[in-house]
Amino acid sequence: MSKRNIAGAVFLSIIGVIFIFSALHMHSFGFPDESDMDDYVIENTQEETGANNGVTSVVFDYRGFDTLGEATVLFTAVAGVIMIFRRLHDD
Amino acid sequence: MIEMSRIVRTIVAIIFPFSMIYGLYVIAHGHLTPGGGFQGGAIVASACVMVLVAFGSKWTTEKIKEKRLSVFESVGAVAFIGLAFLGLIFGAVFFNNFLVGNDYLFGVVPLPGSSLADINTAGVLPLMNFAVGLKVIAGLFAIVLVMAYATTSYKEGKK
Repeated sequence: MSKRNIAGAVFLSIIGVIFIFSALHMHSFGFPDESDMDDYVIENTQEETGANNGVTSVVFDYRGFDTLGEATVLFTAVAGVIMIFRRLHDD
Repeated sequence: MIEMSRIVRTIVAIIFPFSMIYGLYVIAHGHLTPGGGFQGGAIVASACVMVLVAFGSKWTTEKIKEKRLSVFESVGAVAFIGLAFLGLIFGAVFFNNFLVGNDYLFGVVPLPGSSLADINTAGVLPLMNFAVGLKVIAGLFAIVLVMAYATTSYKEGKK
């Protein structure tokens, strides 16, 4: 075994120990420490946004800027792909 | 990309309308059921890509041009940002849900707690879902269409 393999094995085992340690100390599912924001959305989403689907009300209303960024990413990707491939079939 | 066999084309012609209806349903009911503009747009774009793979890029580019898809995508983006700015004008802040609470368009406020789904709710959320859905459909299909057509013309140019 080379030094590189030994170093990799040590590094991976350290990461594995960290993962197992953090998995053993996780919160139980559905009981977070800080739930103020969740409770606010669950209680007020129907009267504030009128939507029965809380996820959509977060995505398009409470966090509209995030969706605007996602749409910009999609636009940039499409613009880049069309810019690369258009030159091939214009020749 | 050349067209596939007659069996594949027939099956795709049968399946295509159902997948279109399912994707448009996911977009239109984004404020009631799981899903929304991004997810439904991906479903509709997958249906269009299925047609592209089965019928070949030459047949498909006769039906729809990539320039028209770019126009659709820009219309979706402008509608999305325009709705956000309308919130700035009619409401208080950017992305304000100014349509909720009125009587005519998407203005009904549901009762708190679980209730039967009413499609006439949620203010600007359905309109934003439509805008983002149009943007995702046109964007994803334009990517695949341009790549397929570019590979075809590259092969033909080499011969």
